[in-house]
Amino acid sequence: MNDIVQLDHGSGGRATQELVQRCFFQLFANEYLLQMNDSALLPWAGGQMAMTTDSYVVDPIIFPGGDIGSLAVHGTVNDLAMQGARPLYLTAGFILEEGLSLEVLEYVARSMAEAAREAQVMIVAGDTKVVPRGKADRLFINTAGVGVVPSGIRVGGQYARPGDSVLINGTIGDHGIAVLCKREGLAFEREILSDSAPLNDLVSGILESCPRVRVLRDPTRGGVATALNEIAQQSGVGIVLFEESLRIKEDVAGACEVLGLDPLYVANEGKVLVFVPPDDEQLVLNLMRNHPRGRDGVKIGQVTQEGAGRVTLETGVGGHRLVQMLHGEQLPRIC
Amino acid sequence: MPLWAERERVLKYVDAYRDSKLAKRLLETLQKRPYGSRTLRLMEICGTHTVAMFRLGLRQLLPSSLQLISGPGCPVCVTAAEDVDRALWIARQTGAIVATFGDFMRVPGSRSSLLTERSRGGSVRMVYASFDALQVARDNPHREVVFLGIGFETTAPTVAAAILQASREGIENFSVLSMHKLLPPAMKALLDGEGMDLHGFICPGHVSTVIGAAAYEEIAARYEIPCVVTGFEALDLLQGLHLLVDQVLAGEARVVNQYSRAVNWGGNPAAQRLLAQVFEPADAPWRGLGIIPRSGLKIRKEWQLLDAAERFAIPPMESREPPGCRCSEVLRGTVTPPQCGLFGKACTPETPVGPCMVSSEGTCGAYHQYHQED
Repeated sequence: MNDIVQLDHGSGGRATQELVQRCFFQLFANEYLLQMNDSALLPWAGGQMAMTTDSYVVDPIIFPGGDIGSLAVHGTVNDLAMQGARPLYLTAGFILEEGLSLEVLEYVARSMAEAAREAQVMIVAGDTKVVPRGKADRLFINTAGVGVVPSGIRVGGQYARPGDSVLINGTIGDHGIAVLCKREGLAFEREILSDSAPLNDLVSGILESCPRVRVLRDPTRGGVATALNEIAQQSGVGIVLFEESLRIKEDVAGACEVLGLDPLYVANEGKVLVFVPPDDEQLVLNLMRNHPRGRDGVKIGQVTQEGAGRVTLETGVGGHRLVQMLHGEQLPRIC
Repeated sequence: MPLWAERERVLKYVDAYRDSKLAKRLLETLQKRPYGSRTLRLMEICGTHTVAMFRLGLRQLLPSSLQLISGPGCPVCVTAAEDVDRALWIARQTGAIVATFGDFMRVPGSRSSLLTERSRGGSVRMVYASFDALQVARDNPHREVVFLGIGFETTAPTVAAAILQASREGIENFSVLSMHKLLPPAMKALLDGEGMDLHGFICPGHVSTVIGAAAYEEIAARYEIPCVVTGFEALDLLQGLHLLVDQVLAGEARVVNQYSRAVNWGGNPAAQRLLAQVFEPADAPWRGLGIIPRSGLKIRKEWQLLDAAERFAIPPMESREPPGCRCSEVLRGTVTPPQCGLFGKACTPETPVGPCMVSSEGTCGAYHQYHQED
């Protein structure tokens, strides 16, 4: 029954993990790939560089708060930043469907240029392919990026320790809901904007003042729930989330209620989960709140010894429930 | 008042039912009721209630004298394998487009699911509402668009409205495969079954907005079982439990409407009229419960051009329930999901064997998603 690729395999959740394990990891296996982080850390001139790649197929191409071009820059910049790297250079590959309006392509390219400028990276190489009408959906973009890791930085999903505080730089679920509302024509009184943004400046500020940060992870596809589950598994620790600390915009919460979605599983494109030793919690929260990308920074959870590999949520009434990885496809093509 | 301010007010109004201090107080008083040595078995019929209890982590906070049993109130879960197979048969017909709600895509029939049919090239569209399916029909005038009518009394009126609209507009390529079901007949069937030692029903909130709290009066009287129509927020659920416990301990059996901010005693007459205009009750197969008399909704003769069951010559299906799957017992509340040998092993949300694992409101899905083994 499952001998073919299904949309679930692209959800970013467990099905994706299984597909990647089965088809790629074994065949491509090497020590860098098997780090299994957002980007690979490679030895370079006595230090380390980070390298990553990501493809963007979001539908619609232009959505409130961003578009496929800015997203393609932010996503790759953020994947590098999550390894503690300073992003430097990107490449951009375009797959265009015959019939795409040049006006749209130019809009997207301008948006990429602007996003690259803001993130202080250069797009240094590219590729363009055109496929016949119907063989792709208007415009797909792949970006790859490299960056350098300043010495003394050691962050990764495997370094979370019991007692660590789990912080995030603001509200959750904005991007996924913004895209979904646009695609499905769901109108709320105030437009819900994607949070798509480069995080490298915020992250480098945090790392400069607090090199003891243990984990950085951007909760994109699969949302906060999936990202935290990955970290709990990589580090062999438990994570408890506090429901009452999670910040969700009212309209996002409303849309989630209407659509039956759990904001914990909805994608973000401008958020970072930061794991720090408890002594550094206040320092990092202050740094976040003084940065334009982290005004609503908040502590949302704690790492525990118990329940290794599992994420639980402490509910408002004092109950606990398990928070699993995303199963299957919650929302198709959000990035 | 501007629209957004109205919405703000409504949302705050929801927050009022999530007050955690008050919820903790209600939990404490629930702990202190004089249960003696009794164990009260209370069934929440509705899948949304099952999920809400898990999401709030309420189950583990309740007194041990209260045993919550999940009932057959997930429309996807109770769809018989034979009905799923009929939908799959339509999806394989050249030129047909099957439009359905997302959670039905994964429900396994005897050999396949709509999701699998789609990745094999079958034309299956996920829609959020029956009227979206109507739009698919308008956009594809040369293809047969079949909407799968799944759901209880809550969803059925919107499907009835789509059928009437298609008829008014003369849309000739649209039809509905009605698998709609009615909850009160299923509640009776459960109580008529063997070994169902129940002390009270937490009656569904959404279904009751349509059928009204009065719809349970016959059940409460005939079976001497208390029924409380309940909302979905923390305070709703806790108050609903209090109202049930009150009755059980006092030896009463009445219908009480806790969810009065949404549910009327008589229900929604406009929705009821729509239902009566388009559908008529018919015997229907339920997964786990078998054929229950007058528990389904069949499209009336008058609208048979819009009835996929009439439009297509669907052959009889040789359907089978998946071997080893205990969904039918889960749906009757006689076993809990972890008691099934497939649970969490062969049967997971990615590769569901039984329908209760598929739906986000299915009991197995809820257990798998939220339940921590201690």
